[in-house]
Amino acid sequence: MLRTRSLLPPLLFTIAYAVVSLSVTNSYYQLILTLVPVWAVFGLSWNLLSGYTGLISFGHAAFFGIGAYATALGQIYFDLSPWLLIPVAAMLGGIAGLLIGFPTFRLQGHYFALAMLAYPLAILYVFEWLGFQEVTLPIKRDAPIAYMQFSDPHLYTLLALVIMFAIIVLTQIIERSRFGMALLAIKQNQAAAEAAGIDTLAWKLRAITLSGAIAGAIGAFYAQVLLVVTPQSVFGMLVSAQALTVAMFGGVGTVWGPVIGAVILIPLAEILNAEAGTRFPGIQGVIFGFAIVCVILAAPEGLFWKLRDLLRKRLALKPAAVDVAGSAAVNVATLKPVSRQRAATGEVVLEVRNLSRSFGGLKAVQDVSFKLHKNEILGIIGPNGAGKTTLFNLLNGFLKPSEGEILIDGRNMSSERPHAICKAGVGRTFQVMRPFLRMSILDNVVVGAYVRARSGEEARKLAVDAVARVGLSVMADRVAGELSTKELRLMELARALAGQPRVLLLDETLAGLGHGEADEVVAVIQQLARDGMTIAIIEHTMQAMVRLVDSFLVLDHGAVITEGDPEAVTHDSRVIEAYLGKKWVAHAPH
Amino acid sequence: MEGFLQALAAGLLIGAVYGLMCVGLGLIFGVMRVINFAHGDFMMLGMYVAFYLFTAAGIQALFGNTVGPFVAILLAGPALAVFGYLVHLTLISHVSGTRTASLEGEGHYAQLILTLGIALILQNGGLIIFGSVLASIRTPLSSSAWELGPFFDMSVFLNKARSIDAVVSLAIMVLLSLLIARTRIGKSLRAAADNPTAATYMGIDVDRAHRTAFALGCGITAIAGGLLATNYPFHPFVGLEYVIVMYAGVVLGGMGSIIGAFWGGMTIGLVQQMSTLILPTQLQNAAIFVVFLLIIFFRPQGFFGRMVERT
Repeated sequence: MLRTRSLLPPLLFTIAYAVVSLSVTNSYYQLILTLVPVWAVFGLSWNLLSGYTGLISFGHAAFFGIGAYATALGQIYFDLSPWLLIPVAAMLGGIAGLLIGFPTFRLQGHYFALAMLAYPLAILYVFEWLGFQEVTLPIKRDAPIAYMQFSDPHLYTLLALVIMFAIIVLTQIIERSRFGMALLAIKQNQAAAEAAGIDTLAWKLRAITLSGAIAGAIGAFYAQVLLVVTPQSVFGMLVSAQALTVAMFGGVGTVWGPVIGAVILIPLAEILNAEAGTRFPGIQGVIFGFAIVCVILAAPEGLFWKLRDLLRKRLALKPAAVDVAGSAAVNVATLKPVSRQRAATGEVVLEVRNLSRSFGGLKAVQDVSFKLHKNEILGIIGPNGAGKTTLFNLLNGFLKPSEGEILIDGRNMSSERPHAICKAGVGRTFQVMRPFLRMSILDNVVVGAYVRARSGEEARKLAVDAVARVGLSVMADRVAGELSTKELRLMELARALAGQPRVLLLDETLAGLGHGEADEVVAVIQQLARDGMTIAIIEHTMQAMVRLVDSFLVLDHGAVITEGDPEAVTHDSRVIEAYLGKKWVAHAPH
Repeated sequence: MEGFLQALAAGLLIGAVYGLMCVGLGLIFGVMRVINFAHGDFMMLGMYVAFYLFTAAGIQALFGNTVGPFVAILLAGPALAVFGYLVHLTLISHVSGTRTASLEGEGHYAQLILTLGIALILQNGGLIIFGSVLASIRTPLSSSAWELGPFFDMSVFLNKARSIDAVVSLAIMVLLSLLIARTRIGKSLRAAADNPTAATYMGIDVDRAHRTAFALGCGITAIAGGLLATNYPFHPFVGLEYVIVMYAGVVLGGMGSIIGAFWGGMTIGLVQQMSTLILPTQLQNAAIFVVFLLIIFFRPQGFFGRMVERT
């Protein structure tokens, strides 16, 4: 939750800003000072969706414009007060977010970004056609306060600051909550997030609804400040671009990014406009454009991150690097080769019956059946393209099987979504690692803990525990970007463990590791099994696997060619043929 | 019925030019996966280059009013290609291609904001240099038409300038297809688009392929812009109006498909012209976006694209 300490910077900033703005008497500068928090809030609204989830929206003007028109038309036709209309605008913005998000979230990447572009522009033309080319808000001389028409422009600035402060605090709360974690996980790897038990669609819809509500409210306020609304000024592409610009310039995915961006860019643009624009029309845009280009070439991820990295580098020089090399080794040394309860006698945790999946004519997985007993380590091997990862994708719900069933504790889960399967107790790691590079090991693992945890503290506790189980406790505060491949693999393992699965699906966890490193990871996996975990692991290389697993399942061309204990499988001629080709079968020891 | 045929003809003619315009962007987008917000402004620049080549550089005097504009337009292509090459070299390459692997979101944020900055410079720079007066590249052909028919008492009129525009567009499209299918440059472009990492291993200079794509894309769109300018007056901010049409076309056609971008642009042209039959003119553009959204929902990979998902 939010500590009072983190409230301090936004509070100080807001107060300082208020003091500065109260000392300004020029009404034009006062307007600029009001617009800075307005665009900062709009940038924050954009950031909440696009900065944290990575789904770039080019269409935030849709929400902004809906809010602006709602407050303008509400005053004209129903004589309502903006104090009421701004919350209404927020609600309409939220509803619009939900309505737009639901169909559009089926798209990913550039498709999402470009589809979003279409909404405000389609609405723009509709408003023009309806005859709302220029809507002027009615002047209420008799009740200026009730209609938010202050004679003192300072009040607009202060009101804008209050909104900005509220949104900054809201963003900070979200950033540290389950909500923020879910969004970050989606940004990093949507598939992995689903596999970690996060209902990605639900979280994305919440994000766009909230984002739309904020944009709607600030659009309404903007209309109130300017007292005139035109389709181009609230739905136009430049409005959406403004949100992108302040957020990306300042730094994406952080509370301060849009604020920094707005504080620098809005006054710069406005002052250039006033000073240079009258003498040389266009010169202000050129200078503004040059400023953006130069800064982004120097700090491609935005000013905030550039400054933070610089600060970090400066600070990092002081404390000596903690020596952590010994930690994992100690871990290995303490492990004793305790023989586990032999697998086949345990209860069946996961059962696969006649599982098949084809892509067009290609049968990627054909009629695969096996049982995974409690405490067992099952090695799934086979040459490239044998269907191993496809099998995992079927098991954890990324793919729907064409035929067959997957039973978890006897319950058929074959048509469930990944996050549901994760909740049922199946965790998984990925061949391609996608760590959150700027976050610490512990924070990376916390993301995975939220499936089980009800509160932030509980999630943290589960994460600390999971980090300890893989032997990374000593370096838990280190940033993931500085880790070696082995440490990253262990961290991924911890992330899967934090969700407290009963079955772990490990996809090439040993890939890319040196000999000694692989042994350390193998030791960790063995310890997990000793603690009662059931594990299925995919691997190419036989060597490490032979010592690790209780039994093998060998796939080739999507079908099971054999299964059994390591001894039998490694001598099976079909296995040798699949791996090395026919001619080697003759050389194999029998 | 006559109205329908007339709108169909107009849609096909304008669609061919839109198609070419989209192909320019599609080439950049398909090969580099960079959303270039400044592309409409590159086109604006192409229009002005063609305009000044025609009026001020003696092409009008040399080739006359009928052929002259088209010569100027075709020359604007290489001019903008050089310009695009330089912009990529000095700016875009710093936030795209092989340098972005370490950046947040693979550098997409930086690319967007950079191209937005470039767009601002081009638009406002254009305002300073060219002024805000509407310009156009008029030829006598712009205001005369061929009459097709009459078929069953109905005649379809084809604007001569627009018809030649469409023919030129198709010709360039054919040349580009040949370039991409047959030449070494085309091969490296396709490889870089398909899998940049693998292309690098095969000895293809991916950054150079990107630069080629960017230059070609700018040149092609500049020609399309010049062709449009024979019928539509333009101003320094005209890019904003077209950049959206371009993206709609590229997405409709399927990202990464050059021929798809052409058909996407064609579709936009047709939708725009046909919608005049049933919708008020102000809603013409709204119709484009609604069709765009519908297609994106029901066939997100576009007409010719393929969906690739990686875990």
